[in-house]
Amino acid sequence: MKLSAKLAGAVSGLSILLSAAAVSAETLFWSTQARPAEEAQAMRTDVLAGFGPGVDYQPNEEGPWLTRLKAEIEANSGSIGVLGSLHGVFSSLNADDLVDLDDLGVSSSSATFNNLAKLGTDNMQYVPWMQASYIMAANKEALQYLPEGADIDALTYDELIQWSANVHEAVGQPKFGFPAGPKGLKHRFFQGYLYPSYTNGVVRTFASDEAVTAWEKFKELWEHTNPASTNYNFLQEQLLSGDAWIVFDHTSRLAQAFNERPDDFVAFPAPAGPTGRGFMPVLAGVAIPKTAPNMDEAKELVKYLLQPETQIATLRATSFFPVVDVDLPDDLPPAVRAAGDAVAKMSGSSDANPGLLPAGLGSMGGDFNRVFVDTFERIVLAGQPIDRVLADQKKTLQKIMDETGAPCWAPDAPSEGACPVE
Amino acid sequence: MNARLLPYVLIAPVTAFLCVFFLYPFFLVAQQAFTTGNGFTMDNFREVVGYWKFPISMRNTFLLALAVVPIQLALSLLMATMVNKMKRGRDLVLYVWTIPLGISDLAAGIIWLAIFEQSGFLNSMLHGLGVVDQPTSFLSYQNLTVVFIAIMLAEIWRATAIMLVIIVAGIGLIPKEYYEAAEVFGASPWKRFVKVTLPLLRPSLQTALILRVVLAFEVFAVVAALGGSTFPVLMEQIYENQFLLQNSGTAAALALIVLAISIFFTLIILRALRVPKGATI
Repeated sequence: MKLSAKLAGAVSGLSILLSAAAVSAETLFWSTQARPAEEAQAMRTDVLAGFGPGVDYQPNEEGPWLTRLKAEIEANSGSIGVLGSLHGVFSSLNADDLVDLDDLGVSSSSATFNNLAKLGTDNMQYVPWMQASYIMAANKEALQYLPEGADIDALTYDELIQWSANVHEAVGQPKFGFPAGPKGLKHRFFQGYLYPSYTNGVVRTFASDEAVTAWEKFKELWEHTNPASTNYNFLQEQLLSGDAWIVFDHTSRLAQAFNERPDDFVAFPAPAGPTGRGFMPVLAGVAIPKTAPNMDEAKELVKYLLQPETQIATLRATSFFPVVDVDLPDDLPPAVRAAGDAVAKMSGSSDANPGLLPAGLGSMGGDFNRVFVDTFERIVLAGQPIDRVLADQKKTLQKIMDETGAPCWAPDAPSEGACPVE
Repeated sequence: MNARLLPYVLIAPVTAFLCVFFLYPFFLVAQQAFTTGNGFTMDNFREVVGYWKFPISMRNTFLLALAVVPIQLALSLLMATMVNKMKRGRDLVLYVWTIPLGISDLAAGIIWLAIFEQSGFLNSMLHGLGVVDQPTSFLSYQNLTVVFIAIMLAEIWRATAIMLVIIVAGIGLIPKEYYEAAEVFGASPWKRFVKVTLPLLRPSLQTALILRVVLAFEVFAVVAALGGSTFPVLMEQIYENQFLLQNSGTAAALALIVLAISIFFTLIILRALRVPKGATI
């Protein structure tokens, strides 16, 4: 080997070593949130750059995210410093694998959120990090077809159906858009919006007469829903392409539409039913796995994320709202303003009927969601009789509640022991 | 080195690799499938087979394999024969035909989604030509046949090349003398294909079919992109069990079911296309 080649080898070897050392010095922030490339980049440059010791922000899909975390926990040695994910994902983890975070002295300004973050234990298992919700959005073209006398900020389900029907008739195409694709968040619509609005419950009232009405109404709405909805996962795409004019989705899954063409769309609260205006928050949190290589730095990072300035930077980067009290600046991106308004109107409405996130389901959270997805697919897509499907799915739901022993959560009336399906 | 030992030494690395990355995980998966918290059980299998979507996804997977593989076999034979006859530009054509192989299956699914969706290329074209007044949605739960055809097209486009490359290599190995002899006896091109090419192509056909059939039972990303939630297949059920329900036991059980189906068809193909003992090309 020539001297130059030897030298080159030595230098490259050294640089690999150095870069490995540099990477390991940073805290690995392993997240399921802010996955799109622009959001992830904004997280790195605008949110996390201010953290002194350095952060290696790595967002990933839930599957790989969980696989690596579980592998590290099983091996009892890991490189992940901080975990970022949704409440539902954390609640499926074993609370013993997460470090108790009470002594950090940071928490959300919402007692409900802090309570959820205990995951049924006595201690904080994660710290609430950011929040969002689901709202409605519409193309301004659709506004002319609003039923007479309907106030877009206080719609009822009947008015929404009428509106969608008017658009359908006028344009000749169903223009309601619903996230029924494989990655769409349809189950949240049923759990947090349709059921609370019609039955004032989710679990107890799953197969009630009111639930039958709710599904009948949803079938009416479905007649004016773009049938390609079973491929829709992020409704911002269909808003922008014009395939759907009136849509329901997660605020951050609508953000791109508002940011690209802020003048073309409006955001508004979810509709109300006989038992109020049901709606549901989305809660993301940060936690520290017990295998974190540098515990102190990980804790510092969690504290840093909860600082008001970081929370505002996170809002700009991800369209997820702060969980601590902050003064919002005026120059926020259009999507944030639109979504913020709609959420404020929704939660401030006189008939608001806020639902909580499912709690206490542990690793059965996925099974719980599947009950609602299956019910939807059987009633709406396969056209099976509503009462039969509900009676059938009720058994699965009861089994999940019995196995987990999860007590009822709002708007269901509290229960002693496992929440009963009545 | 001892000549008798040499072959074993040469296959040792591959064997070790297979043991570590195939056999060992396989036993782990089997263990997961047959156990829950309390020892040996068939519960996982009962659960996945009893789920209402299982028969549907089973049927869809088989239908798709049944529709796609024969067409791909015929197409790849046709394409391979054409390529073989070409004097110039053979490599170029082969390269172009194998481009889809280099594209990940999810990307392939998205490409075809861009064609078929409501604001996609096909709709814009039909609209531009005045065939339709308004863009229509082809891929909806109401037209499962269209969804099926779209998935079929995407699969044929994406995976025919796998069979093609194997068959092209196989055809190249057939000695020209056989064809010359057949020609001397006045065999038509079709006769030559049926009596010379096909029989001598058996080993390649075997490999190509096994690969393709096994892959057909693993179809997932293309279906997920085009069919959304309306066209469940077995692989999708595995994904759902593992990642959405976080139930490795039932996912492993489903994986074993797919494995059993694959082994069954592999055995059938091995038997049907076996090369008789002592026969050589």
